[in-house]
Amino acid sequence: MPPVSVGDWCLTTSIILIDRYLSRGGGKPASSVERSQVVTQGLRHYVKTRDQRTIGRRVCFLSVSSKTVLEMSRQRDQAVLKNKPDNTAFTQQRLPAWQPFLSAGYVLPTFFLLGLVFIAIGLGLYFTSNNVIEIELEYTGRSPNSSCHHCTKNDTKDCKCNIEFKVDKTLPGPVFMYYELVNFYQNHRKYGVSRDDDQLNGDLKYLKEPSEYCFPFRQDGQNRPIAPCGAIANSMFNDSFVLYKVNNSEISKVPLNSKGISWWTDYNVKFNNPKLDNGTDLKQAFEGTVKPHNWPRPAYELDTNPENNGFINEDFIVWMRTAALPTFRKLYRRIDDGLQPGKYLVEISYNYPVLSFNGQKRVTFSTISWMGGRNPFLGIAYLVCGSVSIVTGIIMLIVYIKYQGQNIRKVE
Amino acid sequence: MIRWIRQQLGFDPPHQSPTRTIYVSNHFPQYENFVHQKFPDNRMISSKYTVWNFIPKNLFEQFRRIANFYFLVIFLVQLMIDTPTSPYTSGLPLFFVITVTAIKQGYEDWLRHKADNEVNNTPVYVIRSGGLVQTRSQNIRVGDIVRIEKDQTFPTDLVLLSTDREDGTCYVTTASLDGETNLKTHHAVPEIAKLRTVSQLHTLRAVITCHQPEPDLYRFVGQIRIQQNPNNIVRPLGPENLLLRGASLKNTNEVYGVAVYTGMDAKIALNYKSKSQKRSSVEKSMNTFLIVFLEILVIEAVISTILKYAWWYEPSYNERTTQEKNSSRILTGISDFLAFLVLYNYIIPISLYVTVEMQKFLGSFFIVWDLDLYHDATGQRAQVNTSDLNEELGQVEYVFTDKTGTLTENEMKFRECSINGIKYKYINGNLVREGVTDGEKYTFTDEEKMFLKAISLCHTVHINDQEETRRSNLNSVVDSSSVQYYAASPDEKALVEAARKIGITFAGSSEKNILLNEFGKEQRYKLLDILEFDANRRRMSVIVETPEGKKILFTKGAESSILPLAKTGEIRTTSVHVDELAMKGLRTLCMACKYLTKKEYEELASQLLAARTSLQHREEEIANVFNLIERDLHLLGVSGVEDKLQDKVPETIEALKLAGIKVWVLTGDKLETAISVSLSSGHFHRAMNILELTNQKSDTECAAQLQRLDTRIKHDHVIQHGLVVDGTSLSLALRGHEELFIEICKNCSAVLCCRMAPLQKAKVVRLLKTSPAKPITLAIGDGANDVSMIMEANIGIGIMGKEGRQAVRNSDYAIARFKFLAKLLFVHGHLYYVRISHLVQYFFYKNVCFITPQFLYQFFCLFSQQTLYDGAYLTLYNICFTSLPILMYSLFEQDVQPHILQNKPSLYKEISRNEVLSLKRFLYWTLLGFCHAFIFFFGSYLLRGDDASMMGNGQILKSNRQLMSGNWTFGFLVFTVMFITVTLKLGIETHYWTWINHFVMWGSIIFYFGFSLLYGAIIWPFLQSQDMYCVFVHMLSSGSAWLGIIVIVVACLFPDVLRKVFWRHARPTLAQRSQLMEPNSGITCMESICCYSRGETVCSPLRRILDQIMGRCKPLRVNRCWSDLDPCYTNDRSILTLSSMDGSSNASVV
Repeated sequence: MPPVSVGDWCLTTSIILIDRYLSRGGGKPASSVERSQVVTQGLRHYVKTRDQRTIGRRVCFLSVSSKTVLEMSRQRDQAVLKNKPDNTAFTQQRLPAWQPFLSAGYVLPTFFLLGLVFIAIGLGLYFTSNNVIEIELEYTGRSPNSSCHHCTKNDTKDCKCNIEFKVDKTLPGPVFMYYELVNFYQNHRKYGVSRDDDQLNGDLKYLKEPSEYCFPFRQDGQNRPIAPCGAIANSMFNDSFVLYKVNNSEISKVPLNSKGISWWTDYNVKFNNPKLDNGTDLKQAFEGTVKPHNWPRPAYELDTNPENNGFINEDFIVWMRTAALPTFRKLYRRIDDGLQPGKYLVEISYNYPVLSFNGQKRVTFSTISWMGGRNPFLGIAYLVCGSVSIVTGIIMLIVYIKYQGQNIRKVE
Repeated sequence: MIRWIRQQLGFDPPHQSPTRTIYVSNHFPQYENFVHQKFPDNRMISSKYTVWNFIPKNLFEQFRRIANFYFLVIFLVQLMIDTPTSPYTSGLPLFFVITVTAIKQGYEDWLRHKADNEVNNTPVYVIRSGGLVQTRSQNIRVGDIVRIEKDQTFPTDLVLLSTDREDGTCYVTTASLDGETNLKTHHAVPEIAKLRTVSQLHTLRAVITCHQPEPDLYRFVGQIRIQQNPNNIVRPLGPENLLLRGASLKNTNEVYGVAVYTGMDAKIALNYKSKSQKRSSVEKSMNTFLIVFLEILVIEAVISTILKYAWWYEPSYNERTTQEKNSSRILTGISDFLAFLVLYNYIIPISLYVTVEMQKFLGSFFIVWDLDLYHDATGQRAQVNTSDLNEELGQVEYVFTDKTGTLTENEMKFRECSINGIKYKYINGNLVREGVTDGEKYTFTDEEKMFLKAISLCHTVHINDQEETRRSNLNSVVDSSSVQYYAASPDEKALVEAARKIGITFAGSSEKNILLNEFGKEQRYKLLDILEFDANRRRMSVIVETPEGKKILFTKGAESSILPLAKTGEIRTTSVHVDELAMKGLRTLCMACKYLTKKEYEELASQLLAARTSLQHREEEIANVFNLIERDLHLLGVSGVEDKLQDKVPETIEALKLAGIKVWVLTGDKLETAISVSLSSGHFHRAMNILELTNQKSDTECAAQLQRLDTRIKHDHVIQHGLVVDGTSLSLALRGHEELFIEICKNCSAVLCCRMAPLQKAKVVRLLKTSPAKPITLAIGDGANDVSMIMEANIGIGIMGKEGRQAVRNSDYAIARFKFLAKLLFVHGHLYYVRISHLVQYFFYKNVCFITPQFLYQFFCLFSQQTLYDGAYLTLYNICFTSLPILMYSLFEQDVQPHILQNKPSLYKEISRNEVLSLKRFLYWTLLGFCHAFIFFFGSYLLRGDDASMMGNGQILKSNRQLMSGNWTFGFLVFTVMFITVTLKLGIETHYWTWINHFVMWGSIIFYFGFSLLYGAIIWPFLQSQDMYCVFVHMLSSGSAWLGIIVIVVACLFPDVLRKVFWRHARPTLAQRSQLMEPNSGITCMESICCYSRGETVCSPLRRILDQIMGRCKPLRVNRCWSDLDPCYTNDRSILTLSSMDGSSNASVV
C-alpha cells in the first residue's frame, strides 16, 4: 500500500461512498468494474478541479464525486436497475431456515429419551388396563347345554332364561354393563345409511315423509310412514336384562342406572322428539306413523319416563350409533355402587334372533380406569415401541462408533 | 353459398393460386367477371379463446388430459350408479382443479387479448378516397396505402412505394423480429419513388403480384406492374422492397407503402409457431406411476368385487328392496365393481397435476429472480420460456454448445492478416509487417491498399445517420470524432473499424455510391452491384467503379469458398497463413478481386437483371449468375479476427465435466480455429489424445478410419480421448456407421464437431438423444444457426448474444452468459429435480396412505363399500389438508446449500438418470405407504378394542360415563393418525425449514383440527346425515385416543427415521456429507463423521455425544475438504490445470 496522501484520502472516501451507493440493495459489494467506472468519472472531475486551492480541493472533489455518483445512480436506476432482480432473501432463496439433518449425533439421544418415556408410559398403561376387571357371559344359546338354548327354538316373546356368575373381587363402582353382538354388521353401507337424521331430530316434515335412504323401511304396506324409519331402527336390539344378587338363596334386585348411557350431545341435541305446537303428548305427535316392523311397541311407548321415551330413549340412541366393526359392545346400564363379591344372576328376556346370521350375544360387566375399559393393546404398544427404540439406539451407537473408526482410519 | 359455408368450416380449402394479386389503393379493374381475392383483415390474434368459446374450448382442452378425464369419468359414474360416496367428493376437487387451471389459462389469455387489442387499435394513416384518413390498425385491408412516420412500427407487411428521401430509400431496424440491431436499407421502385404526396399516390394505378404468404422472413418474390400511359412498366420486387410488420422505421421521416400481407398472413404472425411440447423425464415417470396406480386401483376393485360375491350373504336385518332382489347378478356385479372403483379412486391424486403445474410456474420465478444469473453489463436477467423443464435441468448428460457467441464473446477484434503472402500484425491502429521491429512509417504498397479497399468496400456496414450521430456525439464523452458503424456481422464491423484506424475510412454509402476517405482524401466509388451473402456460397461481392473509372469486383468470404476460385495471387502461401491464423484461434476471411472490362460488366449486368426479375426459379438463376461472376479471382489476402473467450468458460466446462456431463462443441467454424478455441476453453486439454475424423471423402475410407479410431480407443483406455469431426465426415459416418460412431463418441471425453451446418447440429443432437441409453441432452447457442439444435435437444438454452434473438425466442431458457450454465444446472436443476421428484413420490405415498385403510375396511364390512371417512374428508384431504405443505416444500426445499451445490459439481452425478424416481425408490415409497396404512388401520383397530373400551375417559370430561365409539369415531381416528403421519413424514423429508414451511406445516394441522371441530360443532342444515356431529370432540376427549395417536404416529415414522440415520452413517451419500459442509447456527452441535482431525481415539465420539447431550460442545466449522477421495472443486484455474496434467504422457497434441 502506498502512503496515503490527501488525494488518496479523497479517493478512498469516495470509494466508500461509491460502494455504499452501489450496494444500496444491501447485497454484494460493488464489483471492481462498476467501481472503476464511477472512479474514472470521478477522477476526470478531480483532474479538472485540481488547480483549485488545496483547502477547497477535498470538499470540491467530494462534492463533485458524490454528485457524479448521484447522477450515475439516477441513470443506472433508469437503465439497468430496472431489470435487475431484487436482492432479497426471498427472491434469492436465502430465507433464513432451520436445517435439521437426521444424524446420529442428536437422533440417538432422542431415541434413548423416547424409549425411556415410552416404557414408562407403557408400564403405567399396562398395569392400569390389567386392573380393569371384566366379566363376560355368553348367552346365545347355540349349544344345547346352554341355559338359553330353549329360547332359540320358539318364537315366544320375552322368553326368559337365567345365567349365573360369581364375582370374586369387589368391582368398584361404577360398573358398566354391556351387551355384545358378534358378526353383526352395523357398518354395512346400506344398513348404515338407512336412517333419517332429520326425522330423529324431531322434524315434523320428515316424520311424515322420511328420507329415501330408509327404503325399504320407509313406509309400510299402506304407505304410512314408519317412525323411526330405516333398517337400523328396525333392527334395534331388544333383549333386556335384570340383575339379581343371590345371597344364600335370597335374591335381591341390583339397581341398574340407565341414565346418561348415550352421548350427551346425541341425547340433548341430535335426537329430539317431534313436538306439536299445542304441546300435546308424544302419542299425538306420532300420529299418522307406524312403528317399525320388528318393534313390539311404537316409539312413544318405549319407556314410561317422558325423558327417556320416543326418539330420546337412550337405548335407542345407543343403538343408532352404528358400530365400526362386526363385533361390538353397546352400553346397557350402569351399576353405580359396584358389585360386591358373591353370586349373581342375570335374567334375560330373549327376543333378539342372531342365529340366522351366525351371530353371538354376550352380556358383559366391566369396571373402567382413567384410560377407559380393559385394553392391553395401548400399554403393549408403548412398551414395544419404547424397547425397540432403546435397542435400536444401542445398535446404532455401535454402528456409529464402528463406522467412525473406519473413517478415521481412511483419513489416516 | 354451400361452398362458402364449406370453406368457412374448413372442409373445402379455398382454391388458392400460388400468387396473390393486389391492386394498389384497391383500384380494381372495371371489367365484369373480375373475382375478388379474399384476404384476412389486419387483426392480430395471438389469444386462444374468446369470451364465447372460453368455457367450452378450455374445458375440452383440460379434459384431454388423461387425469382430468379419468376424474370426469369417475364423477359421471358416481352420478349414474348407487355409489358409496356422494358425487360431490370427486366433483368438488375436480371442479377446484379445473377452475384453478382455467383461471390461470384465462388470465394468460386475457393478457394476450390486451396485447392484441393494443396492437390492433393503434392509430394509422391510410389513404382512402384521395385523402389521408386516420384509422385503426385492424382496419387496414390488403391494397391500402399506409403512411408510416419516423420510429413507428409497421402495422402490416408493406411494399415500399415512396419515401421522403430523394433516392427512395428508407432505413429500418428489425430488432424485434430477428434481433439484428443494425439499420437495413429498403428501396422503393424508382418509378414510383417520385410520388411523394397523397394526391400523387392516389392517382397511382399499379398491380402487385406476389407469392402467397410464407414464414421465411428473408424471402419475398413479386413484381409490380405500373399502368402508365402509354405502356405498362414491370419491376421486380424482392425482400428489399418489403417492410415487415414489427420492424420500425428509422432515420426516415415518412414512407408510404401498400399492404400486401395483413393480419395473420404477415410474416411475423406466420412465425408464431407453437413449439413442440417437450416433456421432462419426471413427467414421463409420473405418467408411468399413474398407470401403475391405475392398475393397483383396478386390482383392488376386482379383488373386492370377487370377495364380495364369494362371501355373499345379505344379513336379515338389512333387507333389500324388491328392485335389488330382482336385478341380475351380472348387472349388480358390474355396478359393484364400479362402486369399488369410485371408492378407491382417490388413490390417483387429483391435485397432482395442478400442484406440479403451480410448482413449475411459481418455481420458475426463482430462476428469473436469481441475481447470479443476472448480467450486470447488459442488464439482462435469465429468461424462462417454458417452466415445464425446470427439473430436467438437473438431469443433463450431454451438453451441446455452439462456439461463437456462446463460448466466446462474439466481440471481434482485428488481430492479424496476410497480404499477398506476407504476414502482418495489427498493433494500435497500425499494420506492422512481420519481422519488422522498428515502428518506422512507410508508405503502403498497392497490394496493401487494395486489401484495405476490399475491406472497406465489400461489406454491409452502415453508418448511423449523420444528423443523429452529431446529436448523440454531443452527449457522448467517449470520442467525438468517431462515427458509429452498424453491421449484421461483427466480423465486418471489426474489419471496417480496423481499416479506419489504419487509414482508409469508410465514410458512408448511398444507393449508388460508397464514400471512402483514403489517407485523408475523399474518394467516391460508384456502387454498381452487390452480390449478397448467402450461406451456400459463404461469400459476398461488390462491383464498384473506381474514381478512375475502372470496374472492380471485390469478393470476401470463407477461405473454402474463395481459395478454389482464385486464379492468381499468392495462393499457396496464403492458404498456409490461413491455417496458421486459424491455429491461433482467429476467424479468417479471404479477400479477392477481379478487374472487369466494360464489355464484360455490361454482359454480366444484363444477365443479373434478367435473373433478378424472373418470377420462376429466381434464386437458382441468381445463384448461377453469381457463380459466373465470381470466378478467376485474384487473391488479395486473408484477415484474422480474434473472438475473445467469455468470462469463466474454462471453469464452467471443467465443472460440467466434473458433474459427469459430456460436453460437445458444435461449430460452423474451421477445424483449426475450433481446436484452438477448444483448447483454450478447456474443452480439450493438452494431455488429451486427440483423434481426428476429418476430410473423409468416401464411405469406405470413413469406415476404415472409424475402425482405426475404435481399436485405438480400446487399446489405450488410460488416457482421455478427444474427437474432432468435421461436417462432411460426420454425414458420412452417420450414413452407414452410426453405431460405431456413437460407440467411439461415448468413449471420448470430449467431442468437437466443426464445419457444421445448422441442420447437422440438430442431427447430431437427435442421434445422441435417440441412442439406446436415451440421455438427456442440452443444447446451448446464441445464433439463428443454433435454433434447430435448440429445438431438437431435450432442453434448449439460448444465449442473449449479439446475433439476434432468434435463439432466445426458440429456447426453453435464456441466459446472458455461458458461465451461468453452471448455476442453472448445478443449483437450479438439482434443486428443482429434488423438489419435484419428491413431490411426485410424496403425492402417491400420501394417497396410498389415504385410501388403503378404506380397502382394508371392506374386509370388515362385508364389502359393502362403506366408507371409512366422511365425504367432507374425502373431498378436502387432497385439496385442503395436505396440499399446501407439499407445495411449499417443493418451492423452498434445499437439501444442499446452493453455494455448495455450485462448488461441488460431483453432487450433480448423484441425481443423474432420474435417480430419485427410480423403480427402487418408487417401490420404497409405495411400500412405505402401504405399511403405514396397515399400521394406521390395525393400530386403530386394536386400540378400538370392542367399541367400548377406547372411550370413557372420565377424567377429561369429568363425567363417569363409559361411552361406545362408533364407525365414524373409528374413521376419524384412522384419518387423524394418517393425516398427522403424512404431514410429519413430509417434515422428515424437509431439510430447509423456512418460516413458510413452519407456517403451512403446523398451520395445516391446526386447520385440520379447527375444521373438524367446526364441522362437528353444529347440525348442518344442508347435509342429509349428521354422522360427524360431535364425533371429533368425543374422540379428543378420550385420553387413550391421544395416547394411541401418538404411539401409532411414532411407530410409523420411527423405522423411517432409523433407516435414514443408519444409511447416513453407514454409507453417506455425497449430498448428505455436503449438507454438513457448513453447519449453521441451528445445528452447531453436530458434525460429520468424516470431519475428524487426526489422532482421535475410538472413544472420543462417545465423549462427543455426551458432550452434545450436555450441551458442552463448540460449534465446529468445517472449511476444509473432508475427504481426499473427491476433490473440492474450486474456481481457481491453476488447480484445474494441475489436476488435468496428472495423467500426462507424450500423447500427440494438435
